[in-house]
Amino acid sequence: MLPDATLADYALRLGDDSLVLGQRLSEWCGHAPMLEIDLALSNIALDLIGQASHFLKFAGRAEGRGRDADSFAFRRDALDFRNCLLVEQPNGDFAQTMARQFLFSNWQELLFAQLQHSANDTLADIARKAVKEVAYHAHFANEWMVRLGDGTEESRARTIAGLEWMWRFTGELFERDPALKPLVDAGVAVDVPSLRPDWEDRISRTLAEARLELPKPRRWVMGGRVGHHSEHLGHLLSEMQFLQRAYPGAMW
Amino acid sequence: MYTTELKERNQAVQGLSLEREDPERLAAFEARVAADDFIEPKDWMPEAYRKTLIRQISQHAHSESVGMLPEGNWITRAPNLRRKAILLAKVQDEGGHGLYLYAAAETLGITREEMIEALHSGRAKYSTIFNYPTLTWADIGAIGWLVDGAAIMNQVPLQRTSYGPYARAMVRICKEESFHQRQGYEIMMTLANGTDAQKRMAQDALDRWWWPSLMMFGPPDENSPNTAQSVRWRIKRETNDELRQKFVDVTVPQADALGLVVPDPKLKWNEERGHYDFGDIDWDEFYAVVRGEGPVAKERMTARVKAWEDGKWVRDAAAAHAEKRGMRIAAE
Ligand SMILES: [Fe+2]
Ligand SMILES: [Fe+2]
Repeated sequence: MLPDATLADYALRLGDDSLVLGQRLSEWCGHAPMLEIDLALSNIALDLIGQASHFLKFAGRAEGRGRDADSFAFRRDALDFRNCLLVEQPNGDFAQTMARQFLFSNWQELLFAQLQHSANDTLADIARKAVKEVAYHAHFANEWMVRLGDGTEESRARTIAGLEWMWRFTGELFERDPALKPLVDAGVAVDVPSLRPDWEDRISRTLAEARLELPKPRRWVMGGRVGHHSEHLGHLLSEMQFLQRAYPGAMW
Repeated sequence: MYTTELKERNQAVQGLSLEREDPERLAAFEARVAADDFIEPKDWMPEAYRKTLIRQISQHAHSESVGMLPEGNWITRAPNLRRKAILLAKVQDEGGHGLYLYAAAETLGITREEMIEALHSGRAKYSTIFNYPTLTWADIGAIGWLVDGAAIMNQVPLQRTSYGPYARAMVRICKEESFHQRQGYEIMMTLANGTDAQKRMAQDALDRWWWPSLMMFGPPDENSPNTAQSVRWRIKRETNDELRQKFVDVTVPQADALGLVVPDPKLKWNEERGHYDFGDIDWDEFYAVVRGEGPVAKERMTARVKAWEDGKWVRDAAAAHAEKRGMRIAAE
C-alpha cells in the first residue's frame, strides 16, 4: 500500500473517536449504579477499544512509517489526536455519560452504516463488524435516555444537564472537512453532513419518548479533528499513556 | 473461595440447632447429599444449611464485586491496547460472576439489596485478598496468576457442591477462571523476561501477594470447626489446608519457571510427603484483615458504598419509569 497521509488522517479520526470513548467508559468499571450497568458499559468500552485497534493499525499502514496501533494510542500528544471533542468529555454522573453515548453512538451507527460500503476494503470490513456493535450501544443509550428522562424529577434534571453539557460538541460531528474531499469523492470516506437529517430524526424521536426537549441551537465548540482539544484530553492521555511514557521501549 | 470463615459465623450457624429439625426429613436430606444429589431451591433443607449457604454464596458474590476494584484500578493505565482489552474483559467477567452468585443466593430467599446492605454495613464479609492495594502493573499479573489461581483451586470442587444453583454458577465461573489465571501468568512472564525495572516490579508483586494468597484458603483446619459439617453437607469438598497445600505445590514450580523467588525461606520440597513444606502464615494479619483492618479495606468499602449511593437515583429512575410505563399500558 502506498503511503497516503489523508487516508491515515481519516483512519486516525475514526480510531481516536473509539479509543477515547472506550477509555472514558472504562473509568466506570467497578463504580456503576448496578452490576448490570457495569457489565454493559465494559462491553461497550471493549467494543470501542477493539474498533480503535483496527482503525489505528490501518492508520499505521496508510501512513507507512512503521507505527502500530499502540504507538498511536500511547505515544502521541494531544495535538496529534484526531477524535471529536464529544468523546473526550468527562463522564460526570450516569446521565451525563448516557447523554454523551446517546449523541455519539447514534451518529457513529449512521457513520458506520455508510462506511461499510466504503471503496476502501479495510475500512469497509471494520465498519461492517462495528456497525452491529454500535447499534447495540445506541440502543442501550436510547433506552436509558428514556428511563432517565421519563423517570423521576431528579433523573430528569440530571439528564437535561447532561445533554446541556454535551450538546455544544455535536456540531463538530457534521462538519465537512475540505481536507477529506478527495476521500469523500473517491467513495472512501463518509460525507458527514449527509448524516445530519437521520441523526436529528433519531435524536428527536428518542427525546420525545423521554419527554425531553431538544437542546436549543447554539454556537458549536470545535477543534478536535485538527488537534485542538478540550482541557480534558491531556489528563486522559497522561493517565492512559503513563506506563509507555515511564518505561520507554519496554514490552508489555 | 472468596469466602472467609469467621468464628462469629460458626456461632451464628450453630445457634440454629439441627435438633429442632424434623429427624426424618433431616435424615432423607443427609442421605441425598451423601449420594451427591443436588438440592434444589424448592426442596426441603435444614435451616442451618440454608443460612450457611446464604452466607457462603453472598460472601463469594461480594468478593467478585469488591474484587473488581483492585484490578479496575489499572484498566485506564493498562500498557497497551491488547492488555487493556484483556483486563477489561477479565474484570467484566468478575462482575458477571457476582451476578450469577447473587442470583444463586436469591434462590435461598434473600434479595440482592439485602445482601448489598449487609456488605456495606460491615455485617457481610468478602475475601481478605481484596484489601491489599495494586501498586504497579505487575500486581495485575500477580493477581491473575495467584489470586485467580487460588480461586480455581477453591472453586473447581464447588462445581460438585450440593446446592444445585451454586454448583451450576460455579461451572460457568470456572470456565472463565482459567483464562484469568493464564492472562496473569502471561503478564508475569512478560515482565520477568523484560527490563530490569520490569523484573523488579514482578518480584516485588510476588513478594507482596504470596502470603495474602495463601491466606485466601482460610484459617488452618484446626481453627475451622465448621469444616466437618460443611464437608458433610458438600458445601465444601476439601479442607482449607488441603487446598492450600495443593496451591503451593502447583504454584512454586511456576514461580521457578518465571525465575522469581517465592518469599519464604522455609519453602522446601519434601520428598517423603510428596509436597512442599512451607513457612508459617501470619494468622494475626489474616484475622486483622478479616476484622476490616486490611491496608485498603476503607478504600474498598468507601468505593462500593459510593457507587451504590451515587447510583441510587439511577435505580430509582428505572423503577419509576417502569411503573409509569406499566400504568400507561394498563390505561390503553
Ligand atoms: Fe471470579
Ligand atoms: Fe477471576
